[in-house]
Amino acid sequence: MSIRQSLLTLLSKGTRYGYQLRAEFESSTGATWPLNIGQVYTTLSRMERDGLVSSGEQDEQGRVGYTITEAGRAEVERWFSTPVAQSDRPRDELVIKLAMAVAAKDVDVGAVIQRQRTATMRALQELTRAKRTGTDGAAQRLVLDSMIFQAEAEQRWLDHCEAVLKEAGE
Amino acid sequence: MTSVVTLTDVARVHGEGEAAVHALRGISLDVQAGELVAVMGPSGSGKSTLLNLAGGLDRPTSGEVTVEGVPLSTVKDLAALRRRSIGYVFQDLNLIPSLTGAENVMLPRELDGVRTREARAEALAVLEEMGLAAVADRFPDELSGGQRQRVAIARSLVGERRLILADEPTGALDTPTGDEILELLRSRCEAGAAVLLVTHESRYAGWADRVVFLRDGQIVDSTAPVVSAR
Repeated sequence: MSIRQSLLTLLSKGTRYGYQLRAEFESSTGATWPLNIGQVYTTLSRMERDGLVSSGEQDEQGRVGYTITEAGRAEVERWFSTPVAQSDRPRDELVIKLAMAVAAKDVDVGAVIQRQRTATMRALQELTRAKRTGTDGAAQRLVLDSMIFQAEAEQRWLDHCEAVLKEAGE
Repeated sequence: MTSVVTLTDVARVHGEGEAAVHALRGISLDVQAGELVAVMGPSGSGKSTLLNLAGGLDRPTSGEVTVEGVPLSTVKDLAALRRRSIGYVFQDLNLIPSLTGAENVMLPRELDGVRTREARAEALAVLEEMGLAAVADRFPDELSGGQRQRVAIARSLVGERRLILADEPTGALDTPTGDEILELLRSRCEAGAAVLLVTHESRYAGWADRVVFLRDGQIVDSTAPVVSAR
């Protein structure tokens, strides 16, 4: 799952402590994906090793604030500008990405939606083509149908997101 | 590849001044022979206006629509051109209830002056192609919803029409029947027709070679053409 990019997105709003990041992640994603604090710190130290965040001095209460680096911002930018590939998607990354995009406030959510819609439509075209050119028996066809329905549902959801956000923005 | 329909910087404005509604703005789109292009967008995005302009049912405020090399702005009798070159498939079937399936299909050809015997032969050929030979002499109310829609499509395809315009052609049909309709449109493409399909359902847009997204009268994105396996 995209914990790394999610934490970076939250850090792009300013310096945060680990426990703050956990709370913000859970409130942004509706607590659908509980995050344990150990995971948060492991991810932060790996990101520090990779130069995506830097840590400050420990304060008197023993807390360490983390700040995003330029490389970290570039990674957030890359994440939001790259559509999730239909083929190797960890479940629900798109939902998290959109929740994060909305939470971040300075991300062009409409552009994220449009890029995803085009990518998913493209996947749908490939699936339909595969189905048309013939499948080996009903089982295979139904598997393709299932993927077609999933892509279709995703498109409908993206349309819905767009409509809801448009209404909220007006 | 040859272009069957080309829209060049097309705009359509309804009304004037402050009350002007920009239904379409700066639309450029080209559909080649053998290509199925789907237009997707929410209601009010200009999908149907685009289709009406492509088919000469409406004229653009600015820009040009060219069908088979003929700029529509130079055509006086659009109705004749529509009957000869363009097939329409709409959600509302509008088969004439007092005519059989075959007679419905024959009608546009007879209006074009084709003799009855020849029109009937053409109608039966296209109905056969669609697997409807057995029900050719039934009346619309004796046909299933899917069969009625296929007869309506047969009527829009009969003759040498190279441009097929389809506006939500699957209507309220269930998904397997809807897939059959797309299968039909697809096979007309393989036979050399250009198909422009307007739909709000992505599962049907998935049949297209290229999908164009319309928002507020403008094309905001499109998928790259799927490399043809043909």
